[in-house]
Amino acid sequence: MARKVIEVNSLGKQYRLGQVGTTTLVDDFKRWTYRIRGKEDPFLKLGEENDRTKKGSSDYVWALQDINFEVEQGEVLGIIGKNGAGKSTLLKILSRTTAPTTGEYKIKGRVASLLEVGTGFHPDLTGRENVFLNGAILGMTKSEIRKNFDAIVDFSGVERYIDTPVKRYSSGMYVRLAFSVAAHLNPEILIVDEVLAVGDIEFQEKCIGKMKDVAGNGKTVLFVSHNINAIRTLCTKGLFLKNGRVNLFGKVQHATEAYLFEGLDNHAERNFLPGQVAIDKLCHLQSVSVCNEHGQLTNNFDVTESVKLKINYAVLEKNYTYTVHYYVKNSSGDVLFVAMDNKYSPYINDPQEPGNYSEELTINSNFFNEGSYSVLVLICTFPTMVDDKFCAYDNALNFTVSDKNLETGARGSWNREWPASLVRPDFNWVISKIG
Amino acid sequence: MTDKEQDWDIVVKPKTAAFKLNFKEVLGYRDLILLMVKRDVTTIYKQTILGPLWMLIQPLFATLIYTFTFGQAQLSTDGIPGLLFYLIGQTFWTYFAECFNKTSNTFIANAGVFGKVYFPRLVMPISVVLSNLVRLAIQIVLLTGVYLYFYFSTDKLNPHFLLFLAIPLLVLLIAVFSLSLGILFTSFTTKYRDLTFLLSFAVQLLMFLSCVVFPASMFKGTTFGVNTQSILLCNPVATSLEAIRYIITGNGVFSPAYIFLSAAITLLLFLGSIIVFNRTEKTFMDTV
Repeated sequence: MARKVIEVNSLGKQYRLGQVGTTTLVDDFKRWTYRIRGKEDPFLKLGEENDRTKKGSSDYVWALQDINFEVEQGEVLGIIGKNGAGKSTLLKILSRTTAPTTGEYKIKGRVASLLEVGTGFHPDLTGRENVFLNGAILGMTKSEIRKNFDAIVDFSGVERYIDTPVKRYSSGMYVRLAFSVAAHLNPEILIVDEVLAVGDIEFQEKCIGKMKDVAGNGKTVLFVSHNINAIRTLCTKGLFLKNGRVNLFGKVQHATEAYLFEGLDNHAERNFLPGQVAIDKLCHLQSVSVCNEHGQLTNNFDVTESVKLKINYAVLEKNYTYTVHYYVKNSSGDVLFVAMDNKYSPYINDPQEPGNYSEELTINSNFFNEGSYSVLVLICTFPTMVDDKFCAYDNALNFTVSDKNLETGARGSWNREWPASLVRPDFNWVISKIG
Repeated sequence: MTDKEQDWDIVVKPKTAAFKLNFKEVLGYRDLILLMVKRDVTTIYKQTILGPLWMLIQPLFATLIYTFTFGQAQLSTDGIPGLLFYLIGQTFWTYFAECFNKTSNTFIANAGVFGKVYFPRLVMPISVVLSNLVRLAIQIVLLTGVYLYFYFSTDKLNPHFLLFLAIPLLVLLIAVFSLSLGILFTSFTTKYRDLTFLLSFAVQLLMFLSCVVFPASMFKGTTFGVNTQSILLCNPVATSLEAIRYIITGNGVFSPAYIFLSAAITLLLFLGSIIVFNRTEKTFMDTV
């Protein structure tokens, strides 16, 4: 069994909202009177879940509440959640820049936290001087920095500017140098917050590569990002925070999917009011639905099942021909494919008469891989989009595809995990002995 | 694996013991302290023409003004030449005032760095006190020049050469006193900023309680039935300044009893402010 390097037990962090003023003083005084009488802090019982969109009744909120998780050595934990879900607060507490209100955590090993790149960089100092200063702030000794200096400069790719004050650097160079220092920290646990958002593609890839190296060397990494692809490529485990609580802690695949589909209702069917999704007064979208091969509404499929998408729309004026497009996206938001009906439409050469129309698309069985999918529906005039005449509805339908290891699927009798891939079609193979 | 089988390096709970001196941890960051000192010293005068000369110009001008105004007012200088008297006062007082001013702003000024990286927060005020020491050293060179001039041109100076060894200890006393006051101040001002308004004003007033522009020997009377001089000498800065004057010029109040009292006051204040500082540093990011 791998060794636990981080253990977090019912961690909580309470913040007071609003400005610091006389009310805070009154509260502080009350807290103090409770403390000297040996009673529990009265404000700890107060406070609401942290939903930034709703107006609350209390001045106290729990930015984090009842957080429990463990990280083993060599694991890469991705922390995801919406803005304000508590990701940064959690990292702040774990990197000891602020203390928790309740609970505790334990850490084994040297921690380096990269909540920001270039912390403590002084604009007037040269790159060389800043490498030493920043390295020392991050916890390295002078001799460690000296030993790694060439590697740091090499990794950053700003050798030419190393004796120039960093205020003359481009912002990209600044970040490159700063990240390079952090990348050579050689800690046992690395805490990284969204620093990959900067720098050019080449450098971003370098950073991801470096973080993979770190993880590969038995080091533990905690990584916060909104870049789900980066999280998926880097992390082995995922922690999905929602309103300050752990919504899901487990495999990175599960956590990211829970995050991406969070807030989207699971719609197997969607009905629209007249005019809600429409092209002017020409055409109204009425309903869309997803069902299985027997025509039953569902949004859970096996990889061996075919998926049917149905749409109903009303044409109000006889001027145009309309065409339906489906954009099917996976949970990363990548469009897996686009399906268009024009090749199959009988009205393609004549304008459609007013009336209600229905269309049904069947997506072959053995096409999807395991995962969650969403559908964008679009109707536009054909053959050209006259005056931008189109209407669309994103996330109109959602469905998930799971794998029950049926031998009728593309896997046949392969009984281990199917390798990660976007789709899982069942192709024809011809196998013969030729000699 | 249970907790008992595994030894953790860091265990963080909402509250730790109120009094936990993390000097060992601070020592582990001595390279950072030195680099901070280097940064402070080298960046202050970047893009100036006179550079470190400004370190000399400031006390020199202040001394000239004091010599002019207080000299004209015929304030006692204990028989020491006015220029030398005020320069001694100004040199060591500036050290105290600078350290106090800068360290009293530790949390607010470094909130950006403190919010992102953990290292013992005490590193910052300590590096301030040390980098001002560099400045003090340069000013002492000026003081030495002026001193040698008066030493050879007049016979008013009767230095106690053996006691010169005590001067570093007196400077240490001033340093620790300013550090303690500073970190106490910064701890109180993270949440409620009221005290920051008091600061510049307090430093000014404290100067008049620190025997900078007049000698302690001027105070012979009593205040509220207590000897005024002994009230003044409870101030470690006043005691140290008087002692330094006594050592290098032969005139001044030099009383081991008061020095020990000052040292005791400073030590108590230091321990107390460390407790307050440690309590504040854990969560100040939430209220700063």
